[in-house]
Parts: sequence; C-alpha cells; structure tokens
Amino acid sequence: MELVTPGIGLIFWQTVTFLIVLFLLGKFAWKPIMKALHDRESSIENALSAAEKAKLEMQALKADNEKLLAEARLERDRILKEATEAGNSIVETAREKANEEGARMLAQAREAIENEKRAAITEVKNMAAALSVDIAERILKRELNDPRAQQALVQEYISGVTLN
Amino acid sequence: MKRLFVLLFSFLTISAFAEAPVEGGEFQPGEMITHHIADDYIWHFADGATVYLPVILLDNGQLNVFSSHHFYDENHETVPYNGYVLEHGRIYRASQEGEPLEEHAGLYDFSITKNVASMFVSVALLLIIFFVIASRYKNNPGKAPKGIQSFFEPIIIFVRDEIAKANIGPKYERYMPYLLTVFFFIWFNNLLGLMPGGANLTGNIAVTLILALLTLIITLFSGNKNYWGHIFATPGVPTWLAPIMIPVELIGIFTKPFSLMVRLFANITAGHIIILSLFSLIFIFRSIAVGPLSVAFATFMNFLELFVALLQAYIFTLLSAMYFGGAVEEHDHSEEHH
Repeated sequence: MELVTPGIGLIFWQTVTFLIVLFLLGKFAWKPIMKALHDRESSIENALSAAEKAKLEMQALKADNEKLLAEARLERDRILKEATEAGNSIVETAREKANEEGARMLAQAREAIENEKRAAITEVKNMAAALSVDIAERILKRELNDPRAQQALVQEYISGVTLN
Repeated sequence: MKRLFVLLFSFLTISAFAEAPVEGGEFQPGEMITHHIADDYIWHFADGATVYLPVILLDNGQLNVFSSHHFYDENHETVPYNGYVLEHGRIYRASQEGEPLEEHAGLYDFSITKNVASMFVSVALLLIIFFVIASRYKNNPGKAPKGIQSFFEPIIIFVRDEIAKANIGPKYERYMPYLLTVFFFIWFNNLLGLMPGGANLTGNIAVTLILALLTLIITLFSGNKNYWGHIFATPGVPTWLAPIMIPVELIGIFTKPFSLMVRLFANITAGHIIILSLFSLIFIFRSIAVGPLSVAFATFMNFLELFVALLQAYIFTLLSAMYFGGAVEEHDHSEEHH
C-alpha cells in the first residue's frame, strides 16, 4: 500500500527540483543547444543551396560560352562566304569589263581601219582620176585639140567607173 | 571465458550470501523487496557505508531538522528521538514510552530521503552534462560535435524530430524544453536506479505523479479551440448524446496522465522487483547452487532493464508530445482523423 501512496515530502521536492531543473536547462542548455543545432542546420542548408546555385550558374555560363562560340563560328563562316563571293564577283566584273573594253577597242579599231581604208580608197580614186586625167590629157593633147571636149569625155568615163 | 563467468557469478553469490540479513528467523523476501524499492531515511550503499540523510519535519508550523542518525542506536535498532519515532519507513509522533502514535494531523515530512538525495545527484549530473554540452555549442558554433556532445546530439535531435516535430507539428518549438528535460530526467533516474545502491526514484509514484501532472497542466494550458470543442461538442456526435459524451471526454483528459503515471511507476518498480526476486531465490533455497543461475537471470534482467530505462523515458516523452499535439492540433487536420 505504501508503494501507491505518494508521500508529501517527495512530491514537494520533486516539484521544486524538477521545475528548477526545467528552468535552468531550458534557459542555459536547451535554448543555446537548439539554437546552435538550428543555426548549423540552416548554414548547411544554405551552403548546399549556394553550391547548387553555383553549379547552375556554371552550367549557364558554359552554355552561354558555347552559344557564343557557335555564334562566332557561324559569323566567321558567313564572313568567309561573303568574302569569297565578293572576290568572285569582283573578278567576274573585272573580266566582263575587260572583255567589254576589248570588244569596244576592237570595234573602234575596225572602224578606224574602215575609215582609213575608205579615205585611202578615195585618195587612190582621186589620184587615179588625176593621174588618168593627166595621162589622158597628155595623150589627148596630142590627139585632141579641144581640151573641153576631152574633159567631158574623161568625166564621162570616170563616173562610169564604179569602185567597190 | 564461460568458466570465468560462472566463477564470477559464484563469487558474487557467496559475497551476497555473506551479507544476507538473515539474522534470527526466516528470510522474508517480500519484506526485503518492499524495503528496497521503498523510500528510506538513510542511504545504505553497503554495510559500513551508510549515509544518514537529514530529516525535515513540519509539525504544526514548527520546523524540525535533524539527522536520521538519531533514530538508530549502535545496533542499528530504531529508537525514538525528539518526540518522534521511525516505524516501517515512516516517522510518527512518539508517545512517552517511545511507541508510535496513530494521530499525525499537522505533521508533514519534508525529509531529504534516499529518493530526494538520489534525485539531487541526478539533477546535478543533468545540469553538469548539459551545461558542458551547451558551452561546447556556444564556443564552437557551426562545428561538428565532439566527445560527449556527439553522444547526446543524436538523442536531442531524435527527441526533436521524431518525438516533438512528428507529433506536435509546427508549434513544437515551445515544448522542446519540457520534452527534453522530462526525457533525460527519466532516463538518468532510471539508470541511476539500476546502479548498485541506487534509489528507485522513477519507480516512486510521487515522482511519476508530478511528471504526469506537469504534462496534464501543459496540455490543458495549450489546448486550443478545437481541443475544447472536441471535448464539449464532439464533431459528428448528436447533441442529445452530450450528457454521456462530455463526462467521458472529461474523464479522458485525466486518464491520459494517469496512465503515464502508472506506466512509468509500474515498469520501473516491476523491474526492480524481478531482479530482487531472482536474488531472493538464493536465500529461499539456501543453496549456493542456485546462485549462478539466479545471477545469470538477474544479469539478463539487468540488460533488459537498461533497455526499459530508455524505452520508458521515450514512451513518457512520446505520449506527452502526442497529448500536446492533440491540444494544439489545427481544425482541418483534426477533421482528417475523425
């Protein structure tokens, strides 16, 4: 029976002691311990999330770099292609121009030659006419007395001759 | 190795036999066991190593403080002192002839008994250990725990995460000091009770009564609208049942801490009784041959009790946390349960 009848003394000491211990431990042990645990856990969590963030940033940077590189490569290809095209077109234009110029010069030369030829022929014609007249005059001076009749005759002959 | 154990057990048995208090007459196992698990005014570690604890009596408003040494004469027989006498582990007013008087109104016994002294030892241990640990945390913030700190840290985290957080919910923080104190108080005292010469503190109903009362008081003070609503108007129960339901729920408030009180008291006391009974077998059979067997069983029980010491601390803390959790539970959550 004594076992299940609580004694006033122990009830008193237990209450007082337990409450004091609860207060002391709560204030000077559990509070700093819980705070330290919480702080450490949050610092670990922060460190982990920071590492994760850094990793993501690194990945983003790498991806950016790769993108930049790819862009640069594309740009280079484009520039090269453009340069080749430009070169080709310059060469082409130059060739065309040269051809044109050549053709023009040829035409000019031909024209000049034609003109010269025509001039030369006219001169030859005139000279031939003058010579023929001269020769005919000399011949006819002897045979014809009337130089007017002789001139008319020569003129008639000359217009009868067609050159070319 | 096995032979060594047997030898050791026999030795222990013989020495226990030598110390056995079988002077004059039959050995009374019941009396011996009751004496061992009950409170006492002296702390008897071994023959010749006895601490006489102070007796503090409040007699009709008058305070009497003296050593319990005065109750014993040279032959360790009780004698009346100062008008009081010790009889069957209790102090009574003494008559002229030194006989205990039945009438003891106005006499209050606040003595530092064996249990109280043992509690002071455990409290000193608790304070020293956890102050040291707290200072470690303060001095090395953010560092990994070391030494004693790393032994207790997982336990503290277990109490926080598995007991408090799991059962109370988001408001667990304010119950942590109580839960941790109760856990370590019970555990330390359970273990000290298993030490040779230790007091059966957590197996004393006064101690478990106060612990259970504190849990009840905290539960009642943290009860929110839902908690009281559940008691006075249980959801889903017709109103005409209220005359039955309200008393049942009110009784329920008190049966919870009552079970806490009895569970801890009974478990610890039962363990002590079993171990003491096993030892008593030796004296009942009056045979050394029973000794090794008895000691082997008692050793096994002691290991079991080491586990029970932790288990009961855990159960008390867990159930307290569950009661707090029930008191602070939010409405939508409670709907899921019922």
